[in-house]
Amino acid sequence: MSDVVERTLTALPSLLSLDSQSGSTRLSSTSKLGSLIRGITELTSKHDEEKLIHRELASIKEQVSSPNTSMRQMKELMVRAIYCEMLGYEASFSYIHAIKLAQQGTALEKRVGYLAVSLFLNESHELLLLLVNTVLKDLQSTNLIEVCMALTVVSQMFPKDMIPAILPLVEEKLNHPKEIIRRKAVLALYKFYLIAPNQVQHIHNKFRKALCDKDPGVMTASLHIYLQMIQENPEGYKDLTGSFVTILKQVVGGKLPMDFNYHSVPAPWLQIQLLRILAFLGKNDQSTSEIMYEVLDESLRRAEMNHNITYAILYECVKCIYTIHPKSELLEKAAKCIGNFVLSPKINLKYLGLKALTYVVQQDPKLALQHQMTIIECLDHPDLIIKRETLELLFRITNAQNVTVIVEKMLEFLRVNKDDYTTIDLVGKVAELAEKYAPDNEWFIETMSTVFSVGGDMMQPDIPNSFLKLLSEGFDSVEEDRKLRLFAVDSYVSLLQGQPGKLPQRFLQVISWVLGEYSYLREELEAATVLRLLDKLLDMKSTSSETKSWILMAMTKLSEGGAGVSVAKEVSETYSSSLDTVLRQRAQELQHLSQDCELRARVLPRDAGLEPLEVDSSLSFLDGFVSEALAAGAAPYKPPHQRQEELAQAKALSLEPYGLSLPISMSSCSIADRQSPTLLSVSSGLSGDSTDLSHKGGSKTLKLDGVKRVWGREGYLAQREPLEESAHVEVPSPLQSPSQQGEADSSHSQTPTPIPTPQPEQEKQQLASSLFVGLGSQSSVCLMGKSEPTPQRFRRKAKGPVLSSGSSEQITNSLVSTPSTVNNLLCDNLLDSNITSELAVSPLEQTSQLSQGPTVANGACDVELTDSDMRESSPSLIRDNGVAGADQGPHEDPDGPKDLCLSTYLPAELSGLCHSEITPLCSNQSLDLSACHVQEEESLALVIFIYNSSDSDIQQILLELDSDELEVSCVCDSPVQEARSHSVAVCQYSLTVKRPSVHVEVVGTVTYQFPVGTPQSVQFSYKLPLTSFIRPLTVSTEEYGTMWLDFSHDTKQKLTLISDGQEPLADTLNVLKKKLKLHVVEIIGMEGIVACRLLKDQPCLMHCRLHAGTLSVWLRSPVPDLPDCLMYHCQRALQEH
Amino acid sequence: MQFMLLFSRQGKLRLQKWYVPLSDKEKKKITRELVQTVLARKPKMCSFLEWRDLKVVYKRYASLYFCCAIEDQDNELITLEIIHRYVELLDKYFGSVCELDIIFNFEKAYFILDEFLLGGEAQETSKKTVLKAVEQADLLQEPRHEYFNVPVY
Repeated sequence: MSDVVERTLTALPSLLSLDSQSGSTRLSSTSKLGSLIRGITELTSKHDEEKLIHRELASIKEQVSSPNTSMRQMKELMVRAIYCEMLGYEASFSYIHAIKLAQQGTALEKRVGYLAVSLFLNESHELLLLLVNTVLKDLQSTNLIEVCMALTVVSQMFPKDMIPAILPLVEEKLNHPKEIIRRKAVLALYKFYLIAPNQVQHIHNKFRKALCDKDPGVMTASLHIYLQMIQENPEGYKDLTGSFVTILKQVVGGKLPMDFNYHSVPAPWLQIQLLRILAFLGKNDQSTSEIMYEVLDESLRRAEMNHNITYAILYECVKCIYTIHPKSELLEKAAKCIGNFVLSPKINLKYLGLKALTYVVQQDPKLALQHQMTIIECLDHPDLIIKRETLELLFRITNAQNVTVIVEKMLEFLRVNKDDYTTIDLVGKVAELAEKYAPDNEWFIETMSTVFSVGGDMMQPDIPNSFLKLLSEGFDSVEEDRKLRLFAVDSYVSLLQGQPGKLPQRFLQVISWVLGEYSYLREELEAATVLRLLDKLLDMKSTSSETKSWILMAMTKLSEGGAGVSVAKEVSETYSSSLDTVLRQRAQELQHLSQDCELRARVLPRDAGLEPLEVDSSLSFLDGFVSEALAAGAAPYKPPHQRQEELAQAKALSLEPYGLSLPISMSSCSIADRQSPTLLSVSSGLSGDSTDLSHKGGSKTLKLDGVKRVWGREGYLAQREPLEESAHVEVPSPLQSPSQQGEADSSHSQTPTPIPTPQPEQEKQQLASSLFVGLGSQSSVCLMGKSEPTPQRFRRKAKGPVLSSGSSEQITNSLVSTPSTVNNLLCDNLLDSNITSELAVSPLEQTSQLSQGPTVANGACDVELTDSDMRESSPSLIRDNGVAGADQGPHEDPDGPKDLCLSTYLPAELSGLCHSEITPLCSNQSLDLSACHVQEEESLALVIFIYNSSDSDIQQILLELDSDELEVSCVCDSPVQEARSHSVAVCQYSLTVKRPSVHVEVVGTVTYQFPVGTPQSVQFSYKLPLTSFIRPLTVSTEEYGTMWLDFSHDTKQKLTLISDGQEPLADTLNVLKKKLKLHVVEIIGMEGIVACRLLKDQPCLMHCRLHAGTLSVWLRSPVPDLPDCLMYHCQRALQEH
Repeated sequence: MQFMLLFSRQGKLRLQKWYVPLSDKEKKKITRELVQTVLARKPKMCSFLEWRDLKVVYKRYASLYFCCAIEDQDNELITLEIIHRYVELLDKYFGSVCELDIIFNFEKAYFILDEFLLGGEAQETSKKTVLKAVEQADLLQEPRHEYFNVPVY
C-alpha cells in the first residue's frame, strides 16, 4: 500500500506540467486518475469502493456533459471512465463522448477516444454508426498516425452494414507506400471478411496482391484471410500450394530479415500460419500433399532448439503431417516428435503431447500403445487438466475389452470434478461408451445409474431418452431383455428404498418410467410396494412437477388390484386439484384408469413398446372434421412456408423467427417414447403434427434407408454386425488371437511382458494391459481417415450365449425390413447398391450371391438401367453422365460395337432426344434383340431393335409386351412384320406408369418364323428406373401451396445433406434437380420446395427443410406409392453424389 | 484469440481486451469465473486450461497473470509466446515494467497491445517495429492553437 502511495506521490511533479508526457516516462499518470487509483487502494471494503466509484462516475458525468470541458480534459475523463468500467462499474453515459472525442480531438486525444470506443462498444452497438464518419475522415487524413488509428479501430469493430462506405478507402490503402498502413488495411479487410464475407467477395484479387507484397509483414497479415478462406473452401486455392510452400521454405531457410526473428527462430508466427494453411490444402489430397513433404521434413529438422517457440512449430508441423495425405517417413518422424512431447518433463509439453496423441490415435493406435506407461502416469497426475486430456485420449481408444477400466477411470474423475461443463461432456461420453460396449447387463445398468446420479439435471436430455428407448426396444432375445429390465427394476427399487431424496430429478423420472413399465417382471414384487415407493417420491418436497407427472404416469400403469386402487384414489384426489394442469390431467387419468381395468389394458398395454403404433399419416380420420369446419367458414390450413410468405407480403418487416418456430420446435422435440408423459403433453399441444409421429411410429413399414437412428431397430441390427464379423476381422490380427481375447475378456490380469517388475510398477503394468487391450487388433481395422466415433457405431453388447443359439434367421428377417443397413455396411465394397439394396440377405450370404450376380443376370437376359446410363445425344437435358455404363460391367456385351449403328435406326422423331444406352436384351443364332428408352417431354418411348443375324429373312415377327407396373402401347401404325437378313427392324412403344414402383419392368416375347420352319419365340425383359418417367413440374409457390393440401399420400424422411459447399440446401436440391429432373420451385431460408410429375398428370411435391445437418424431406402426391419410390431415388441420388 | 485479460494475484482486473462481441454481463461473468479458476491453480501446473468450450492459456509474471482465450484449433504454445512477447514489449517500453506501470498507464498498455495484436491476430511481432509505431504516436506534438481551442458541441 505505502509503496503505491509513494509511487503516486513521486508521479505528482509530472502532473503539474500537464499530462502530455511523451515517450516511456514512468508513471505519467494524470492527477485525477492517480488519486482515484490511490483512493481505491486505500479503501478496505467493497462497499466503500462502490461509494467512491459512484461518486467518481457522477463527477465524470457532470464534467463530460458540461460545454466548458475542453477536449484535453475530456481525454483525461475518458481514461478515468475506462478505468471505472474495468473495475466493473457501468459508465455508459461516456460512450457517446468517447465517440465525440475520437471525432473532434487532436491526434493524441483522438487516440484515447478511439481506444475508449474500442473498449466500450462492441460491433453490434448502435452508437458505432456515429463513428463511421469519423473513420471516413481519418482514413483520408494526410496524417499517417490518424490513418493508422482509423484502420486500427476498423480492424477491431465496424458496423457490418456500413462496410461498403469505407471499403474503397481501405482498398486504396493496400497500395500505400508505408507498409504499416498496408498491413493494417489487410487486417481491416480480414475483419470485414469475418463479419461479412460477401462484402469483400469482389476483391479477392487484392488479397492475392497482398500475399505477394514485398513486405513480409503485409504478406503475413494476408495469410489470416487465406487461412480463413482455405478452411472454408480448400478446393479453390490448391493452386497457391506451391507459393505457400516456397514462402515456408524461405522462412525456414532464414531468408527473412533479422527483425522477424523471435528468440532466434525465424518468424515463428508466420511458420505456424503457413503450416495450418498447408494442412487444410493437403487434407485428403495426395498430389497437393506431395508438394509439401519436403518442406515439412525441413521444418521438423530445423526446429531443434530447446525453446517453447520451436515446440510450437513442431506441434503444428506434426498436426499438419497427420492431417495431410500420409507419408510413412514423415509420420515416423512426427510420431517420434509426439513421443518427445509426451515424455517431456515440462508439463505444458506433456499436455500437448497427449493432445497430439488424442488427435492421431485413431490413425495410429500403436503410438498410444508405445506410450502406455506415460499415459497411466498422466491418469494419476495431480493436475486435473492433464487427467482430463488423458481421459479424452482413452475415450478414443475404448473398445469392448477395456471399456470397464476406462469407464471406471472416467467416473472416478467425475466424482472429484467440480466444473459443470466438463461434467456434462464427460457424462455424455460415459453414456456413449456404456451403450456401445457394455459387457453385461449389470454393469450397464450400474454405470448408467452412476451417470444419472453424477450427471444430474445438467446432462444432455438425450442420455436418459436413449437409455429408455434402449430398454423398451430391447435386443435380439426376449430372455435377455427380460433380464436387463429385471435388473433395472431391482436396482431401482433398492435405490428408492435407500435415500431417493438425493437423486436428481432426471434419474427419478427414469426410475419411475422403468418401474411403471417393467416392475411386473419381478413377480414377487407387489405392485402395491412399488406404488408406495413412488408415493413417497411424490411427497418429497424436492420433487419437481415434471417428475411428479412421470410418477403419476407410472402409477397409472401399476394401479391394479385392491391396494393399487386405494393408493391411486388417494393420490389422484390430492393432485386433481393441483394448479399444474398437466398434473391434474395425469391425476384424472390415474383415477379413471385405475377403476377401469379393461380400458387401462387397452390404453396402456403391457410391453407395448415392442409394437409399432399405427398412425394414419394423412390424418384422414380428421377429414370429416375438417370439411365441417370449412363449411362452417374456417380458414383452410396453410403450410408454414406459405403462411410465412403471406406474412412477409403483408408486412414489410421480416418475421422469419415466428414463421419458422413451429416446424423447428416440432422436430426438435425428441421423442423418447410415446408413453413418456412429456411426449404426451407435447403431442397434445401440437395435435396438428401427428405426421411427425408417424415417421417414428410407423417406421417399421416405411423405408428407412439412410435415416440416422442411433437406437432404432437397425441400431440394434448394426450392432450385431461386428459380432458376426469379429471372428473374421480379429483372427488374422497378429496381436490378438482369439484365445487371448477370451482371456482378456474374462480377466484383466493379462501382463504384456514376462519380465518381473517391482510391485508398484507391476500394478501400473496391469492397469496398462487392461487399458490398452484390444488396441492392436483395432489397428488392423483402422483406416487412415479420421473416423470420429459416431453414435451409430456398432454397438457391441455381449450377448454371447444368445447369439450362438442360431440368430442368423433373425438377422435375415430384420434385414428384410431395412435394406439400408446392408447398403451402408457394404457401400465400401463398391458393390452396385442397386442390386444390394434389394437383396435382403445376411451379409455373408450376400457376398456369395453377389458373386453369382453377373451370371444370373446374363442368363435371364435381365437388364437393369439407371438414369445415369442415358447417353448424351442431346446435351440440353442431362449433363450428369458420370456413372454411365457402370452397371453394364457384368454384362458381356457382344453387341457393343453395334451400338452406334443401332442408334441410327432410332425413329426420326426420337433421334434428337436423349436416349439410354442401347442394351442387348437377348440373342440366339438368328436374332439379336436390343432396346433403349427415350425420354420425351410428355412420355417415355421404348424402342426395340430386332437385328436379324441369320442369312435368311425372318417373317411374321410378333412382339408382345406386358408389364405389371406399366401401360404399354404400340406407337407404329403397322407393327413390324419382317426383318431382312442382316438388317434391323425397329419397334416403338410408348410407356406410361400404372402403378409406381422403384424399378419398373417390361417383359416381352418375340415370336417369329423363317420362310421355312416352325414359329420360334424368344423371351426378354427390360428394366428401367422410375426416374425415367419423372419430369419437372413448373408451378408457382401459390399453386404449390394449394396442391400440397390436396394430396393425400405422403412420406417423410431425413436424407443426407450435401454439405461440401457454401449452401448445403441449394447444393443438395441442385443435385436432385440434375439427377432426377425435379423442378426447384423456391428456396426460402432453411426450406425448399420442389415439384415434379410422373409424365403428364401425376404430380409429386417435395418439401425440404434443413434441420440439424440433415435434410428433412416430405413428399406428397395424389398417387399412392409415388412418394415412397421417389424418396428412394432421392436418397440414391444423394448417396451417389 | 477471443480475449485477453490481465489481472493481479488479488484477482483485480488490470486490462481487458475482447475480440469477440459479448455483452457486459457475459464479460463480467467470464472474467469472474476465469480469474477464480486461474488463481486456484498451483504454480507447477499446466499453463493451459479447458474452460467451457474455450482453451485458456495463462502465464504469471511477478504479481500479474496474463490470460488469453483461444479457439480450439489454435496453437497453445504460440499463444504462450504471444503473452511473452507482450510482456517483453511492455518491459522495453516502460523499462523493466512492474504492475504499477500498467495500473497507472493502462491506456499505454492498450496502445501497445493494439499495435501488437489486431482483431485477435498477431499483427506485428517485431519488437522494434511495434514500439516504433507506439512511440511515433506518443510523440505527436499537439498543435499550438489547441490551447485556445474552445470545445465545439
